[in-house]
Amino acid sequence: MQSRNSRIGLILFTIYLIVYGGFVFLNAFAPHQMEATPIAGLNIAVLYGFGLIIGAILLSGLYGFLCREKSAPQNKEPRA
Amino acid sequence: MIHELSWKAVIFFSIFVGFTLGLSFWLGRKAKSSEGFFAAHGQIPWFVNGIAFAGDYLSAASFLGICGMIAFYGYDGFLYSIGYLAGWIVALFVIAEPMKRLGRFTFADALDSKFNSRGIKLAAGISTLAVSIFYLIPQMVGAGVLVQPLLALPHWAGVVLVGTIVIMIVVTAGMVSTTWVQFLKGTLLVFFSAILTWMILQKGFKVEKGGNDGYEFRTLTVTVDDLKNNDGTLGGLNNVEVLPIPDGWEKTKQSYVHLLDREMQHTTLFHVVKPATEGDLLTLTEAQTVTKLPNGGRLINGLPKGTGPDQAVLHPIGYLKSLPEGKSETGPVSPLEFFSILQQSEVVLWKNEKILHADKSETTVYFQKITPGSQILRPGENPIFKGIRSDKFSDKINFLSLMLALFCGTASLPHILIRYYTVKDESSARRSTIVGIASIGFFYVLTLYLGLGAMTSGALDLSDDNMAAPLLAKSMNTWLFAAISAIAFTTVLGTVSGLILASAGAVAHDLMGSAFGFQMSDDEKVRVAKISSVVVGAIAIVLGILFKDMNVSFLVGWAFSVAASANLPSLVMILFWSRVTRQGIITAIVVGMVSSLGWILLSAEAFEKVYGLDLLKTPAIVPFSQPGIVTIPLGFLTLIAVSLMTPRREES
Repeated sequence: MQSRNSRIGLILFTIYLIVYGGFVFLNAFAPHQMEATPIAGLNIAVLYGFGLIIGAILLSGLYGFLCREKSAPQNKEPRA
Repeated sequence: MIHELSWKAVIFFSIFVGFTLGLSFWLGRKAKSSEGFFAAHGQIPWFVNGIAFAGDYLSAASFLGICGMIAFYGYDGFLYSIGYLAGWIVALFVIAEPMKRLGRFTFADALDSKFNSRGIKLAAGISTLAVSIFYLIPQMVGAGVLVQPLLALPHWAGVVLVGTIVIMIVVTAGMVSTTWVQFLKGTLLVFFSAILTWMILQKGFKVEKGGNDGYEFRTLTVTVDDLKNNDGTLGGLNNVEVLPIPDGWEKTKQSYVHLLDREMQHTTLFHVVKPATEGDLLTLTEAQTVTKLPNGGRLINGLPKGTGPDQAVLHPIGYLKSLPEGKSETGPVSPLEFFSILQQSEVVLWKNEKILHADKSETTVYFQKITPGSQILRPGENPIFKGIRSDKFSDKINFLSLMLALFCGTASLPHILIRYYTVKDESSARRSTIVGIASIGFFYVLTLYLGLGAMTSGALDLSDDNMAAPLLAKSMNTWLFAAISAIAFTTVLGTVSGLILASAGAVAHDLMGSAFGFQMSDDEKVRVAKISSVVVGAIAIVLGILFKDMNVSFLVGWAFSVAASANLPSLVMILFWSRVTRQGIITAIVVGMVSSLGWILLSAEAFEKVYGLDLLKTPAIVPFSQPGIVTIPLGFLTLIAVSLMTPRREES
């Protein structure tokens, strides 16, 4: 279970790292892009920033859900 | 601005402190063993531990610093919110469960779990102390800064007050009481910030000509000839006279006009806004000044500071110049409208310039800068982040380095890591981190509303950006101000108690118990930890008083860089690489710590802010200030190289 949890963790970590890296590099090398307002008058800086925070909450919830799914059958195993 | 003693804040603060100390003494009966003192017997429920993570992590820098930075510059402070939260992803996905599995009281336990090495305990113990002390200084200085306006006490009294309360919390029941203090603080901080945000949205936006003291700043439209003629009228004002340029004002970066009101015999300073094209009219906007006299006195707008006749205080600021479609107010707005409306509005921000006079007095001029909302909601306006708009590659690397340190630093902070030992198993460690991420993430979303709400609240104090959030609350309701102020103060309590406990664990458990090999019974170990808490607390009090006049918020950033460089390589590699050796870990911690500290001490930021050097005369030695992008990989490389050069444990 440990190795499976840590594998799921690493996959989700890599996804987040890419999205966070995208934000940081966009800021550093194309800061004017952050000013575009694609949706509802909100600019990329606000959308991407909120996305990163809400995304972190959602990914952590997903991780908790996936880990629980995996550990449940294992707990039952000895009884079987 | 002069802050009066707020009895309501005192009442709130006293209730919180009294309740916490009572709880600590009551819980103290349960925490007599080292297991209880360092790890609360591993019996803290995961949900409580999760909220306590928020209470531990959301320091004064997060609450006051980020809100203040957003209120004065816009979006930039939110970059810290994003980076601070992203660090929790590393904590959850990589560190949390193994940390619980491998360790007992401190993160050095986890590093040392395969080796039983005194060297690892020594290196990790010293690194814990270094990071915790770096982190403690700004918290203690923050306590002193807060207490002045809220409780009308001098700076040192605030530092001593916080230091004493925290020492009592930690000594009575160690991790048990620390956890509950942090749980309470985390709950109150998130709850009241949410209420404040809701009130900001209900209030909406309104166009104003000044702050909430009712004073309207004047704007004059003149020609260059009007200024030269100086015939007693200017831009619609009568019986006024343009004064010659006084001492010290000859070489200012901005242009100013000193205008004497002949009837009142009072001079007002106006900032000259240069026209876009030659021949256009000049706009003069009213400025404000604070002059520090050589004898320590203060002049505000040329008059002694005070509220009596012939005295002056700074007028509060923070208002909109215009709203979209020429509206004068919006009424309640939705969370998304809040940004789309601000994006199309104009906000009056205030910039400043310092002027030195021959008599050694120093004047800070605050002048208006009308800024489009689209600029406020984009990164790169604050001096710390202006590098992203620079053409210099090193400025961009500095930004990348800071964002990397924030990302890697959280999961390497000793006072956060010890919280993994307070729950019963790995599953609880995971769940509590998820609760932590949800509550901390929710709070960080609110920081953008709180900061921008403060920016347009009409309540900002130009001379103190740390007070943005409490003053925003004051503009809504005095009871809310009292609650937010007391919470800001307890924010310091929660974080400081975590830091002192982490330091005490490093001294008693890692250094004395393991590295130096003192044989101690369980009781003795707890006693040593309590004595260490008192000593570290006393050191924190002294440092908090010594660093009083220094802007120390950047020390939190340094703590993140040192923690990430010294601790993260070992924490990660011991989990994912079986070839790691004892020597590899020790060298990586030492190299990471020394290189990041050395880099910081040789950086432009330290030259300017710590040593007070002029960078034009003494250029910094390292090319950019933030070390992480160099020293974090250096830590990993050192660990890998030394591990490969030294024999595996089985073979040694």
